[in-house]
Order: sequence, then structure tokens, then C-alpha cells
Amino acid sequence: MAHIPDGVVTVPVLVAGAVASAGFLGLGLRALTPERMPRVAVLSAVFFVASLIHLPAGPASVHLILNGIMGAVLGWAAFPAILVALLLQAVLFGFGGLVVLGVNAMNMGVPAVLAGLVFRALWRRDRPRRTALLGAACGGGAVALTTVMLSLSLVASGREFLTVAQLVVLTAVPVMVVEAAFTAAALGLVARVKPEMLEEG
Amino acid sequence: MTPVPAHLLAPQGPARSLVARLDPRTRVLAAALFAVVAVAAQGIMAQLAALGVAAGLCLLARLPMRTVLRRLLALEVFMALVLVTLPFTVPGQTLFTLGGLTASAEGMERALSVAAIASAVMLAVQALLASMETVALGHALARLGVPARLATLMLFTLRYVEVLHQEYGRLRLAMRARAFRPRTGWHTWRAYGWLVGMLLVNSVERSERIHAAMRLRGFRGHYPILDLGRAGGLDWGFGAVHTASLALVLAVGMM
Repeated sequence: MAHIPDGVVTVPVLVAGAVASAGFLGLGLRALTPERMPRVAVLSAVFFVASLIHLPAGPASVHLILNGIMGAVLGWAAFPAILVALLLQAVLFGFGGLVVLGVNAMNMGVPAVLAGLVFRALWRRDRPRRTALLGAACGGGAVALTTVMLSLSLVASGREFLTVAQLVVLTAVPVMVVEAAFTAAALGLVARVKPEMLEEG
Repeated sequence: MTPVPAHLLAPQGPARSLVARLDPRTRVLAAALFAVVAVAAQGIMAQLAALGVAAGLCLLARLPMRTVLRRLLALEVFMALVLVTLPFTVPGQTLFTLGGLTASAEGMERALSVAAIASAVMLAVQALLASMETVALGHALARLGVPARLATLMLFTLRYVEVLHQEYGRLRLAMRARAFRPRTGWHTWRAYGWLVGMLLVNSVERSERIHAAMRLRGFRGHYPILDLGRAGGLDWGFGAVHTASLALVLAVGMM
């Protein structure tokens, strides 16, 4: 849902996305030390296949974005992880485009990093309720921010995309709810079973 | 979850097609150049010409027609929304009205051009990149100046997709054995959350064991990047023809 294909957004938006992505990538690569490489790659693989996991939501089904959980577990390194997964999705599944990769990485990666910063600042060990609430906020919040940025990239490309932007926001509401519940459960389990995963880096 | 497509793990397509004989770097550069030109092409004629070039690339790569068409028709929801709304949101000469909404000729043309660009880039990516072994893609990107850490991350990611898939199958089977059926509601969403949480914990622990073993054998954070040799005559020839056809596409747009 959040993948913009090539041919939709205009050149200024493409340039803005590329510049922002290059900056975040530079900072993210610094956090991607050799010791953390395997963990970042596991999360990148999870993000890559997440687009294939469909969860029932009423009459339709939604697929998750998972950028909130990426940020919570990886911090800054979430950005390169998302970029690599997006490139692989474009090449192997045909989701999104090539030139627009910077815009897509910005729309999904920046909310991930922000959610990660919030989660890491507020999370405490052995506080399950707090973990669940923070997880829900990160999961739902990252999807909400991605939706807003996606709509902005569309509207900035032309008034004629306003309707699409509105429809995108509308369809994102169920994703937000499902993703919040999902992230709360997933991070709750990680906090119980392997809390050190949420503390390092 | 749909199973991971088999072509992730093995290269697809006949090995002897012209595209398959090209240097991976040539293919990466050709795809990147194509995408930039397709997006930059002005006017519907130039965009259709780009689509033609992409179709030619598919023929050169000897991609199976049926898979290509299926990929093209499997429109994402997003793309469908764009194509359906554009005729009604771009102002211009009225073409027809539908329940109070007026579709403009300009809007139809805009929708057509978006579809043409998106399909052209997708076809070119299918022909040039998706048909290549993904490990070769990682090495080609590294050779072309992509940071070594990023290229290594990509190679690791490809490996873990396979690991994750096996792990996912195991956990999903355990859920099925306990009669879990996905429905709308907190129970299902939470169960999936735990499933992915468990998947994360198991896979990260496994990756740590693998990494410790790799370090023991002298791994220092990145793979030795393969020396891909020098581009041959075929690469220069293909590059020249490719560039010339893309220049033609741009020229059509300026007419």
C-alpha cells in the first residue's frame, strides 16, 4: 500500500526523497557495525516478507508495514534495513519503482527511526503494560506518519492526486489499528523472552 | 503468508539469453539508466516508446510471456486508485460523465502515462535485474560503489529470508496443530504478533550463533567482494544500443 510506483511523483519530490534518504542512510550506516549486521539483516528480511503476510480485517485483509517494530529493535540501523528490503521488493516482487526508491525509503524509514527513538527513550525492562502501550504507540504511530508523508508526497506532486491521498489515509486506518495490536504483542513477547534485544545499540 | 517465490533462491530464465550473458554491472547500470529516462520522458508518445524498449529487453532476456503478463496485471491497490481517480481529477476537456463526475481527456492521458512509465520500469527491472542471481546483484552493486556495509547487508538479508521462511513454516504448523484459524479480532492479531515476535527471537538467536562461527573463521564484517573481471565486447555493444534507444526515446519526447 505504501509503495509508490515510478511515474507518479514529480521531480522535486523525487529529489527531496533522494536527499533525505541519503542523509538518513549515512547516519544509519554508522549504526550498522559488523557486530550488529546479522540482527539488522534478520529484521530487514522480516520487513521484506511482511508484505506477503495478510491479516484479516473485516471483509478485506491488510498487510503490515512493520516499520514501528523495525525502529524499536534497530534504532538508526532501521533505515538501511528498510532501504535494502525495499530494493529487493522492487526487484523481486515488482513493488514500487527504482527512481522513486528514495521517496519510498524516506516515507517508511523516517517514521521507523523516530518510533525507535521514542521507544528507546521510554522503554523499561520488566514493565509489561508500559511495553504494550509503547509498542502500540510505535506500531500505530509509525504507520500514521508513513501515511501522512505518503499523502504529502502525492499532493506535492499535483492537486490531481488529492483524492488518491484522501483514499490512502482512509484505507490506512484499519492498518494502523491492526499494526498497533500486532506490534504491542510482538514487542511484548520480545521484552519477555529476550529483553536485551531492545536495549543494545 | 504466500510462500517465498522459488526464483529468490535460484536464477530463473534460460541461462543462454543475451541478457544472461551480460556482466551484472552492465545490467545494473542499464536498468538504472532506463528508469531515469522513462521517468524523465516527456509526453505520452515518448513514454510508450520507453514501454516498447522495455518489451524489447524482455524479449532479449527471453522472459516467459505468461509470468511477465501476470506481473503486469497484478496491480497494486495503490496503482489502481491512481488510475481510477486521475481521469476525474485532472481538469480539461470533458470526455464523458459518470454519476455527476466528469472525466477529462487530459486526465485519461495522464492515467495512461502513469501506467506506461510504471509498467516500463517494472518490465525493465524484470528483464535486467530480477532474472539475475540476487547474490550477483549484491556484488555488482558493491563494485559500482555502493557502500560495502550496505551490499553486505543485502547479501545477509537474502540469506535470512530463507531462514525466516523455514522458521515461519515451523511455527505456523505448531499453530495449526492447535487449531488456530485467522479471523478478524484481537485474538488473531495478537497471535500473529506473538508469532512474529517468536520468529524474531529465534532468528536473531540463530543469527548470533552463525555470526559467532563466522567470526571464529575470520569474518570481519564484510564479504570479499567478487572480482567480476572486465566488461567484454558484448557489454559495450549492448550498452551502446541501449543508450542509443533511450536517446531516441528522449528525442521522441522533444518533438
